Amino acid sequence: MDFKLLLSISKTHLFSRKKQSLIAALGVTFGIGTYIIMMSFMTGLNGLLDGLILNRTPHIHLYNEMEPSIKQPLDLYLGYFGREKIIRSIKPKNTQERIHNAIPLLDFLNKQSYVRGATAQVKAQAFYLGGSTQLNGVLIGIDALREGVLYNLDQYIVEGSLQELDQSENGILLGAGVAKKLALKISDVVQIASSKGDVLPLKIVGLYQSGMSEIDNVQSYVTLKMAQRLMAQKDNYITDINIKLFDMEKAPALAKEMSEMFQINATDIQSANAQFETGSSIRTLISYAVSITLLIVAGFGIYNILNMLIYEKMNDIAILKATGFSGQDVKWIFISQALIIGLFGGFLGLLLGYGVTAIIDRTPFETEALPTIKTYPIDYELKYYVIGMVFALISTFFAGYFPSRKAEKIDPVDIIRGQ
Amino acid sequence: MNSILKTNTISKSFLEPVEVQILREISFEIERGEFVSIMGKSGCGKSTLLYILSTMDTEYTGELFLDGKLITGLSPNELAKIRNEKIGFVFQFHYLLSEFTVLENVMLPAKKRGVKSLQEIESNAMEKLKLLGIADQALKLSSRISGGQKQRVAIARALINNPSIIMGDEPTGNLDSKNADIVFSIFKELSIEENLSLLVVTHDEDFANKTDRIIQMGDGMIIHTQKK
Repeated sequence: MDFKLLLSISKTHLFSRKKQSLIAALGVTFGIGTYIIMMSFMTGLNGLLDGLILNRTPHIHLYNEMEPSIKQPLDLYLGYFGREKIIRSIKPKNTQERIHNAIPLLDFLNKQSYVRGATAQVKAQAFYLGGSTQLNGVLIGIDALREGVLYNLDQYIVEGSLQELDQSENGILLGAGVAKKLALKISDVVQIASSKGDVLPLKIVGLYQSGMSEIDNVQSYVTLKMAQRLMAQKDNYITDINIKLFDMEKAPALAKEMSEMFQINATDIQSANAQFETGSSIRTLISYAVSITLLIVAGFGIYNILNMLIYEKMNDIAILKATGFSGQDVKWIFISQALIIGLFGGFLGLLLGYGVTAIIDRTPFETEALPTIKTYPIDYELKYYVIGMVFALISTFFAGYFPSRKAEKIDPVDIIRGQ
Repeated sequence: MNSILKTNTISKSFLEPVEVQILREISFEIERGEFVSIMGKSGCGKSTLLYILSTMDTEYTGELFLDGKLITGLSPNELAKIRNEKIGFVFQFHYLLSEFTVLENVMLPAKKRGVKSLQEIESNAMEKLKLLGIADQALKLSSRISGGQKQRVAIARALINNPSIIMGDEPTGNLDSKNADIVFSIFKELSIEENLSLLVVTHDEDFANKTDRIIQMGDGMIIHTQKK
């Protein structure tokens, strides 16, 4: 089969009816363009929303929780073994808040191959003093630089930086809500009263805004040392260990293992944020459903136009067959027309998709929740452009295939005699 | 053996709407360089016979030989190749591809054959157009020329692959007498000078009388053959 000849015939067909060909191609263009816009925007949005929670949530969180002992002393007494025991009014056991042996534990975790990084935190209850008012607060002592690397904490700092916190011993990253309530700004000094009754002046090195006001109104970050000092504890006092893994999927199993191994509470990210996975996958599903529907509609458009073309071209088909073109040649003439429409329309669709996403990407989008985001999120992934093109070709191939089969089977004698 | 086309008891029936036998055991031969016309009333089966001979209609019984080779029972692709290489067609209606130029229409069967280079095909096509006196129309769209010219383009296209035989289904049926004469004289010239065989179905008695042999058909049979 001489494809060059067949292509030149189909090109002549297409170019002698430019308007019709263009309309068919535009159907594909809109289908593919919309697919790319939807996917880029949806994935961008998914990434943003995931980032909002998942990026700053540890994969595994180790902590101690006060709770009643599972085995009460009575259970240990063999004299009542096997008998029914009733204990009323069980109270939680007063355990220490600190993680036992935290520093060796931290070293151990950081050496594990599946751990990207483990960081220590010290949670300290405190009050922000502003004149005669006292605001409840939580100060979290962190290793500022590691938190920035592992949990993108720097993305939520509206003013100042993590480096400044790391470098100043008595610095504080104040929650934006607290700052607003106390009318404080960066470089000011805020008085903190610890739960032990000490009052410390801390210098504001930055403002922190998570986007959730109940956090921003309460929470501030200080260095690990400062938090330990507020609690009047030594530097082995650590209340929480956050672990980021290389593979998030392993979190539930590892959390369970750690909980048993270290006799500690361990929460994994999946059980803490189950709704997010579902949300992302449903959004992706919706974008695919809409795009595929659009492409199918475009496919029907091409199918119709080619069907009409074949009716108009009955004489041409008859004469081609009479002069020695086989049914397959004729079939490929029409399939190639559909594919050219798909290729051209698809390519325009990629340009349209890229153009519109680029505009969306530059559209201002300001939200309290994400202080560092200034425009709508777009995910420019090559994958979507490849899938879009492949889909354009597949759908136009099928749209062309069925009318072409009809052309293949046309009996030239019927046409020539029918005149 | 000098016959270019030979049929051996070709019969054909239409089954729908009722069974009608349209051709009954047709057997004849055409010699190389012979100019044969088939005449007969409408519905006598002459066109049906022509389409069988042209290999486009394959639903018949009997045998068909072209250039001494059995054609009956070949695959559609092989038949398409034979049509391309050995048979030239001229129809009552001109059947040109209207979106292509005159030259492209003439070149198309040769391009399909794919033996010669594009330059050769183009110069051959121009030569055929010159032979038929329409070389000046070569670059016009084929929808933009007159009916007589179209028929000459169709003849040029039929000639492009130097076929063994040219078949015509009322090639002058749609032309005025002046153009019909031109077409006839072209056929005659080809038959004498190029030793080309021609088989033409026609209603036109004047036309038929000028050919080498007239085959009269009626009721699906050859009634008599009149040789000059």
